[in-house]
Amino acid sequence: MYNDRVLEVFANPKNVGEIENASGVGTIGNASCGDIMRVYILVENDVIIDAKFKTFGCAAAIATASVATDMLIGKTIEEALQIKNADVVAYLGGLPPQKIHCSVLAEEAIQAAVADYRSKQK
Amino acid sequence: MKVYLDNSATTALDKEVLNAMLPYFTETFGNPSSLHAYGRNALKAVDEARDSIAKSIGAKSNEIYFTSGGSESDNWALKGVIGATKAKCKHIITSQIEHPAIMDTLDYLKAKEGVEVTYLPVDKDGRVSVQDLKEAVTDDTVLVSVMFANNEMGAVQPIAEIGAFCKEEGIIFHTDAVQAMDSQAIDVNALNIDLLSMSAHKFHGPKGIGALYIRSGVKLDRLISGGHQERRMRAGTTDTPLIVGMAKALEIAVRDREENNKRISALRDSFVKKVLAEIPFTYLNGGMDHRLPNNANISFEYVEGESILITLDLAGIAVSSGSACSSGSLEPSHVILALGVKEELAHSSIRFSLGKDTTQEEMDYTFDVLKASVERLRSMSPLFNMEKGIGYYV
Repeated sequence: MYNDRVLEVFANPKNVGEIENASGVGTIGNASCGDIMRVYILVENDVIIDAKFKTFGCAAAIATASVATDMLIGKTIEEALQIKNADVVAYLGGLPPQKIHCSVLAEEAIQAAVADYRSKQK
Repeated sequence: MKVYLDNSATTALDKEVLNAMLPYFTETFGNPSSLHAYGRNALKAVDEARDSIAKSIGAKSNEIYFTSGGSESDNWALKGVIGATKAKCKHIITSQIEHPAIMDTLDYLKAKEGVEVTYLPVDKDGRVSVQDLKEAVTDDTVLVSVMFANNEMGAVQPIAEIGAFCKEEGIIFHTDAVQAMDSQAIDVNALNIDLLSMSAHKFHGPKGIGALYIRSGVKLDRLISGGHQERRMRAGTTDTPLIVGMAKALEIAVRDREENNKRISALRDSFVKKVLAEIPFTYLNGGMDHRLPNNANISFEYVEGESILITLDLAGIAVSSGSACSSGSLEPSHVILALGVKEELAHSSIRFSLGKDTTQEEMDYTFDVLKASVERLRSMSPLFNMEKGIGYYV
């Protein structure tokens, strides 16, 4: 059901880990539902210079987190907020219908991380 | 290395079985219902197959009805009994851990026929209690349907006790024995089973063929109407090659039963022991005392099951998972939850189902890949701190 690209990203995900002094952290989901995605961002002059993730979830959740964090790096905060789950799905060459919600988690985790960053700026 | 540890999903067709089937595709291809020699020769093979299958469960030949597989047999047993029961109020007792072929059919009967259903709970070992069954019986109870052994965590149910009780009460007893045919010695008379579902592809036979044992005297409506096949009880052209294959496969399974059980359970036991001892935060789902010899179902805490499944798959190892993600639903396995396992751990469950061809070398390889996979996935999990070696829920 997964295409080769999803399997490839799942097998070799980028940006796994934590950022110690992260500018923002966003966590979405819970273990009883079987999915947790946490995204860390490091921001300098309104630009995301690093992003990492930790995920408890299926192969699609891990692959979408890898792609989403990759997309974040180098973007401004405003640009980051424009990243949609469909962009992640498209990059992966499609996901099985029941896995689309994993990409939604990735989008929501990005937004949560940005919201956390903004709340710290105030 | 390629390792197939999903024998509860399906098994490879035995070559001996394939060879027994082949002549019935191209040579003895007649319709067993035909009067001519082509038909008679095919019928002879079907009769012999029926005799052989009946004998292996202590039944009479005319109590075996061929179907398309386990799901049809289960559908027929439940819908057939309800259809043939005249009483206005009908009550069925089943368990919380049945296969979807039972669960879904019961939902249908509840909605369409107003049937009442009681779902017996299971203990932490995955077994129903006969005491609970006794307490659930009402004046309207017409059928008890409890699986012989569970497909996910392998718990073998107290079939003899349930059968004895149902006989005493005059209640029809159906058991879905799809997972049990190869490893369990089954005598429908000794166990007082009235209806029994089986499926050939679970014991190295072909897919698309199964049977329902119906005790003489038990009344069932037909599920599939049409021709006069199967003593007018199940229409559809008799599939000679599949039937021959099913009989041959069961013959081999029964012949090699003891030897296979011994060898497979030894492989399984040492694997389970090693996993629980050497991979931290792992839990066996279900007990060891009444368990199919080939089943191991283990939860790997802080890691989601499907991600383990895919990691093993990328290394050539086939298993299955009780996580919601692997089933396409939002809920994790109803069977693992019925054991009292918390949802987080149900999402983390992996079923390893060994087979007669499984080797020690394959299990050693599986263990090594599994250990590395779980470590890798835990290092990616927000629930686990690798430095401290502990996990926590957020």
